[in-house]
Amino acid sequence: MNHPSLIEAVLVTVVLTNLQLLGSSRLKICIHMVGLQGIVAGLLPVLLDHEANPLRAWLLVVGSVAIKGIVFPKLLLRVLRDAGVCREVEPFVGYILSLLAAVSALMFSLWMGSTLVLPQAPVGTTLMAPVGFTTILVGLLVIITRRKAISQVIGYVVVENGIYIFGVALVGGVPMLVELGVLMDAFVAVFLMGIAVYKISREFDHIDVDRLNRMQG
Amino acid sequence: MIFLLFGCGWIVLCGFAALLPLLPSRWSGTIAVVGIVGGSMLGLPSAVSKVLGGTPELASMVWSIPGGTLSVALDALSGFFLVPIYLVCTLAAFYGLEYLRSSPRGNSLGVFWCSYNLLMVSMIVVILAKNGILFLLAWETMALTSFFLVTFENERPEVQAAGWIYLVATHLGTAFLLVLFLFLGEAAGSYDFDRFPPVVQFLPSGGLFLLALVGFGTKAGFVPFHVWLPEAHPAAPSHVSAVMSGLMIKTGIYGLVRIVTLLGPPSTWWGVLLVGLGVSSGILGVLFALAQHDLKRLLAYHSVENIGIILTGLGLGLLGLSLHLPALAALGFAGGLLHVLNHALFKSLLFLSAGAVAHATGTRELDQLGGLAKRMPVTCFFFLIGAAAISGLPPLNGFISEFLIYLGAFSTVTAHSALVALGPALVAVAGLALIGGFAAACFTKAFGIVFLGEPRDPHTPEGHEPGALMLVPMGILALSCVVIGIFPAGLLPAMETVVASFTLQTKDDLSVILQETVEPLLILSLAALLFLSLAGGFVVLRRRLLRRRPVEETVTWDCGYAQPTPRMQYTASSFAQPFVARFAIFLRTRHLGGLPKGFFPRMASLSTKTPDVFRQSLYAPLFLGIEKGLHYLQVLQRGRVQVYVLYIVLALVALLTWTRK
Amino acid sequence: MDATALLAPLAALVLAPLFLGIINRTKAFFAGRHGQPLFQLYFDLQKLLGKGATYSRTSTWIVRGGPIIGLAALMVVVLLVPLGGLSGLVRFPGDLLLFAYLLSMARFFTVLAALDVGSSFEGMGASREVFFSTLTEPTLMLSLAVLAHQSHSLSLSSALGAVTVTSWLQHGTSLVLVFVALLVVCLAENARIPIDDPNTHLELTMIHEVMVLDHGGPDLAFILYGSALKLWIFASLVVGLVLPVRTGVAFLDLGSMLLGMGLLAIVLGCIESTMARLRLLRVPNLLVGATTLATLALVLAVR
Repeated sequence: MNHPSLIEAVLVTVVLTNLQLLGSSRLKICIHMVGLQGIVAGLLPVLLDHEANPLRAWLLVVGSVAIKGIVFPKLLLRVLRDAGVCREVEPFVGYILSLLAAVSALMFSLWMGSTLVLPQAPVGTTLMAPVGFTTILVGLLVIITRRKAISQVIGYVVVENGIYIFGVALVGGVPMLVELGVLMDAFVAVFLMGIAVYKISREFDHIDVDRLNRMQG
Repeated sequence: MIFLLFGCGWIVLCGFAALLPLLPSRWSGTIAVVGIVGGSMLGLPSAVSKVLGGTPELASMVWSIPGGTLSVALDALSGFFLVPIYLVCTLAAFYGLEYLRSSPRGNSLGVFWCSYNLLMVSMIVVILAKNGILFLLAWETMALTSFFLVTFENERPEVQAAGWIYLVATHLGTAFLLVLFLFLGEAAGSYDFDRFPPVVQFLPSGGLFLLALVGFGTKAGFVPFHVWLPEAHPAAPSHVSAVMSGLMIKTGIYGLVRIVTLLGPPSTWWGVLLVGLGVSSGILGVLFALAQHDLKRLLAYHSVENIGIILTGLGLGLLGLSLHLPALAALGFAGGLLHVLNHALFKSLLFLSAGAVAHATGTRELDQLGGLAKRMPVTCFFFLIGAAAISGLPPLNGFISEFLIYLGAFSTVTAHSALVALGPALVAVAGLALIGGFAAACFTKAFGIVFLGEPRDPHTPEGHEPGALMLVPMGILALSCVVIGIFPAGLLPAMETVVASFTLQTKDDLSVILQETVEPLLILSLAALLFLSLAGGFVVLRRRLLRRRPVEETVTWDCGYAQPTPRMQYTASSFAQPFVARFAIFLRTRHLGGLPKGFFPRMASLSTKTPDVFRQSLYAPLFLGIEKGLHYLQVLQRGRVQVYVLYIVLALVALLTWTRK
Repeated sequence: MDATALLAPLAALVLAPLFLGIINRTKAFFAGRHGQPLFQLYFDLQKLLGKGATYSRTSTWIVRGGPIIGLAALMVVVLLVPLGGLSGLVRFPGDLLLFAYLLSMARFFTVLAALDVGSSFEGMGASREVFFSTLTEPTLMLSLAVLAHQSHSLSLSSALGAVTVTSWLQHGTSLVLVFVALLVVCLAENARIPIDDPNTHLELTMIHEVMVLDHGGPDLAFILYGSALKLWIFASLVVGLVLPVRTGVAFLDLGSMLLGMGLLAIVLGCIESTMARLRLLRVPNLLVGATTLATLALVLAVR
């Protein structure tokens, strides 16, 4: 089931979700985008048809789609509702500039993809490693440029998606242990941050991260 | 060639004659112009003949200065740069005769005209020189004479400041050139251009390229070396701005092209770097232009933009040379160089007509002007042609050169070239499209605010049409913009000769590529003629339709809310506000004043000011740092002669020991 | 030159006002009204051409010349534009540049004509128009670059003529992105919802319509016909891209393209009925978003 055009469509969808994520001020949309990204990226291992054991690939797909496509968004939406925020107001870097930065990140990743020597020839299309890398950069960009704690969590999940795509590109089916480890990390982190955000917003009536540094002694 | 040199001598002679102490000051201009006209008539034919394919000529003389011969040469490239110099300098000189007539400082006109003639000759010699030392001498003369011209109205403090900035910038640039020529001359044992080796010890040719880029770039004025441009151009009298912006900064481009051809086959990164610099220069230049309120300052920033377009073309050309893509090389160079000519024409046209506005109204502030189309209809028409040409609109000349650059860039797209050529080419395409949009925005602002609507400030004089001496030069420039725009195919053979003269490509290769563009250019002419006849047809149609019907004049309707007053009009700042607000991160516009407060607000005011970011946050801190560092050297300054002599002795001994073996 | 080359420009010149009629009827349907006749714009043009004119005392020849120059430029553009497989009347390598720059010239003079009457409303519209169109310019150029890349050609007619079912199957993703980008450009350049709403009662929020407030009589007729042509031009690019019918039989091609144009008009009508106009401050985000889509399409194409 190796479909280059399907893989391409998936990767383009990932890039588009990245763009929407950066260009939108509504946190709800951002969360939906992250979920969508998790789902389509999760499908990659079966599309690649790389593994000898299709069952393993399907397992991986079911696992990551369930966690990143369903559990994370549910959790985040719930935090959103409890914390009572719905918009990212005044990010440090404007939306247009973020979009342009994302395009530059894509260019940079493509350039890197053409020059970087990887330990193993990437599988799938040549676009995979660059898109994975772009997604990582976009996630970091979200973490850097946004104020709300919940955006930071979203950025963190995006980074995880990027690592996942990059990993799939690098070794076909990711060694399950590695992927599960990363997934667990992300899961625990999102869970903890979700609780923390909730608590903070209850204590301080806001979840702006840049005001948290007042707590340092 | 010999006529051309005689012509130069005649211009200089008349320039000095204008200085004669007993001469009534109003004669000095006439004498200088006589010199310029004579020199141009002697020089222009040979320059043109070289562009049309005449054999290159070389003249050299033994020179008492060590380091080579006094040699000059005239080939197609030199000829191509000389044509606009002769043309625009002559036209600007006639314009200057009337422009300076009302100048209060009648006495120093002699000095002014002498400097003007020397500037013209030094530019010609820069273009002709085939020897490093002669080149640098002419280069310095050019810098000094233009400094005198910039500071002509030196009773105004801002003019003095601008003059100093210009002087410092141009000398820093020259310092880089000096190092470059020392390297090359040291390796060759001679300062003659044709003996310069492509590689020298200690420094790869890339290093030489960078030296040339900084040195010539400071004169050409692309980002980030542009800081002197927006200061010097507004300070100078308008026809001097025209000459400086239209011609003098092009000597930087000429020098870059000339030196790069000496450095052997170009590396790929040179072209990529030039495209990057060109596109960023274009975008930043036009963005800063949008935020300006001073008409001439706005035009000065547009020079930064247009140098960016030229540089983009040259960069694509270099890229094509290094990657052996003949179409990219030929069209990139042809477009870039043609833009040199086109920019010389429309930018001097714009500066001259802006000068006419400033001359008539006494201000260059956009927000104090307005409604001049009725007072100065002819100037308005010429400015409109210049504005449309600089925005790259068909059927005018600016479109033609951008068209060629686009064709070059797109040639990599249709040929599916490797990413290393395709990437920069696509950046150039997107950049040019964006620059075109910005430029159109900026010139609808400049033209619309200055000439349309009602006068915005009742204290500004009403304005009047300038005399024939100012109008005719503008008319000739406008006409040449239109002619090149409508009949571009005629220029192709000339461009072919020029590009072939320095790319060392066989002329057949070039002919094939440029022949392919003949057809599109001919169709462009047809389209232009069709457009003009359609427009003419509609004019007739409209006149027939309205002949027996009521045509009234009344106040502006404005949706019938309130009778409009001049104060309600959009201003330059408000027109540019969307751009300024969106690109605030680059522009750093300062807002003075603010929103009115409270229920019964008192007088409120708002003004914006956009200083140059590079000057504010790059050069100013840099020079401050250097100044601080230099304070430490004060310990050496003892103020006693004995100590200074001791320094001399020590330096002498040290140098002798160093050069001993 | 064969006679089929005349089909595309003729269709544009004759049918352009009808396109607007279909959009308006669709909108009326959504609003539950009967709506104006399909041929309303033709009647309007006839009426306006028969009227006198009133000019502002502030204005100069620019306000009289602007509509004429704009219409002349657009009519030259019409000759370049293909209708799907039907080539334009004039085609040469590089005509897509002439296309883009003639459009920008038409805009240049419309904006100047708006500034000529010295009214604050029209200045506002002019300022917004140049800002938004600056942002659409790179999108248009990059989208055309994708088409040029796939067809190995710099002519609009060959570039669109080369869009076939096979190219959709091979480069579908990239073409979808180009389609979306071009659709946004089409909406933005023609002052349609969600970028601009010509039917609002509030001049403060208009862009294109507010620029032509002070025009009347034959001048307004020129402007209205010009905008209809411009909408047709962009729509035919979009339809030519999404409808890869290239039978080679002129009348089959023409029929399918006209059908496609009708469908697009209905789609535009639906978009305008179901979406609200974006806040002005949000419009640049949409336009830059379209630019990033075009860039992405290009990246996919040239990779």
